Amino acid sequence: MPNKRLVLLFPPHLIEEPVTYRLIKGYDVKVNILRGKIVPRDYGRLVVEVDGTQEAVDGALAYLEQVGVGVQPLAKDVRWHEERCIECTACAAVCPTGALAVSRPDMRIVCDHDKCIGCELCVPVCPFQAIEILL
Amino acid sequence: MAKTIQQINEKIKSGQAVVCTAEEIIGIAREKGHARAAAEVDVVTTGTFAPMCSSAAYFNVGHSKPRIKLGGGRVTLNDVPVYTGLAAVDFLLGATALPDEDPRNRIYPGKFLYGGGHVIEELVGGKAVQLVAQAYGTDCYPRRKLETWISLEDMNEAMLFNIRNCYQNYNVAVNTSDRTIHTYMGVLQPKMRNAGYCSAGQLSPLLNDPHYRTIGMGTRIFLGGGIGYVVGSGTQHSPAVPRLENGVPRSGAGTLAVTGELKQMQPRWLRGASFLGYGATMAVGIGIPIPILDEEMLRCTAVTDADLVAQVVDYSSDYPERVANSLAEVSYAELKSGTITVNGKNIRTAGLSSYARAREIAGTLKAWIQQGSFLLSEPVAPIADQDSGLVCKPLVEKPIANHQRFNQVPVHLAGGR
Repeated sequence: MPNKRLVLLFPPHLIEEPVTYRLIKGYDVKVNILRGKIVPRDYGRLVVEVDGTQEAVDGALAYLEQVGVGVQPLAKDVRWHEERCIECTACAAVCPTGALAVSRPDMRIVCDHDKCIGCELCVPVCPFQAIEILL
Repeated sequence: MAKTIQQINEKIKSGQAVVCTAEEIIGIAREKGHARAAAEVDVVTTGTFAPMCSSAAYFNVGHSKPRIKLGGGRVTLNDVPVYTGLAAVDFLLGATALPDEDPRNRIYPGKFLYGGGHVIEELVGGKAVQLVAQAYGTDCYPRRKLETWISLEDMNEAMLFNIRNCYQNYNVAVNTSDRTIHTYMGVLQPKMRNAGYCSAGQLSPLLNDPHYRTIGMGTRIFLGGGIGYVVGSGTQHSPAVPRLENGVPRSGAGTLAVTGELKQMQPRWLRGASFLGYGATMAVGIGIPIPILDEEMLRCTAVTDADLVAQVVDYSSDYPERVANSLAEVSYAELKSGTITVNGKNIRTAGLSSYARAREIAGTLKAWIQQGSFLLSEPVAPIADQDSGLVCKPLVEKPIANHQRFNQVPVHLAGGR
């Protein structure tokens, strides 16, 4: 089971629920928090890496669904607008995970959403606003 | 066996011309040798696509009823101010112009999300923009205000006119300080953690004709997705810089001024750009065909990234202080590998010039020539070469004394009052 990068969407009423604790203690999954965002009276967002056996991860996902935490893959929130990108390669030099990389020798940009951790380092260095991260 | 541009054009018209890109010629020259390749190949196409700040467009928008004199007035296109110091309804929009309301770097680093280059991109993309004008009113041009949507098709003339494009080689930028800096070469991390470079290297037009033998005033080119022309050398043209044995400059050298009708260009090749903490600009696509007149031109176009070098410059102190200093000389082959080594330190590199798009431009120009829709043109005047001794001069400041302040119209113009 490869680790999954997920965006967890917390409805306001779940703010008191120790969801991450239950994931770790109750389902024996490794939870690596990549980033979090809490906005008053709005959905909270937590970007996590979840790792474990297939059974553990399935159980964790079922729990999240049951308590009402929205779950979506991180890749969905990372948008590379190909039509805006000129493939200058400025982003690839700052990307820590190789999600944005240069294929050589043709010098084209390759975007692997699954490797993205949503750090947003690429966003300000792109002169063409070709990368959007909706976190 | 030497060829003339006329002979090459005859071959293009009859569909017999052999055309390849500056990337393809490398393998051909290696395989066949220079003499045979020069005899067989007629044209080598080059390309570059990169931010080029000294780009602009001028427009004639037609006369309103009643008439308005925009000249000497104030005009904006989508809030971006244009230069109106011209006749009644002509004006010029520069790629780096910013709306008055843009906070610039007051909130550092500024984002510069929309500027002149973005307006040009929108216009070329067929979109209407908002023209807002205030004028002072005259007997023959009484109107004082004008607000209207306007698109390229409404205008009489819309010309791209870039006074400096297509730099023959450029610096590699690093930052030796201990804070992040925001430059036109990108965001540079402290302690040389990254490096920015900006040239298409072996595909770049002026690196394939290092002594401007075939490129001069009047040369027909690919410009912004359409057809344009070389006006002459661009500003800061500096052919007399140090060169390698193959004739190629080791640092920034020649430049071109270019022009072409905006109405036949494409937004894919004129793209507004925003450099964090620096400003707005525009990426411009240029492709130049190089006629293979003889073996010497073939040798020039067969140049590879390994044969081309650039200087690594510190943009945290040397560049802003105008200190001429190179930390290292690196090849484009190294730059494109993703890592260069400076003083024993490995540094990740990032391009600002798109090699992928440069290749696409060279390929498009090749196709145009093969289809017979693009003929080569004979330059009508040459561009100054190394032997001119020409280098870009720095500004020598001459202090203005208090009693010399320019605060009134010169006496001879003031009518004796």
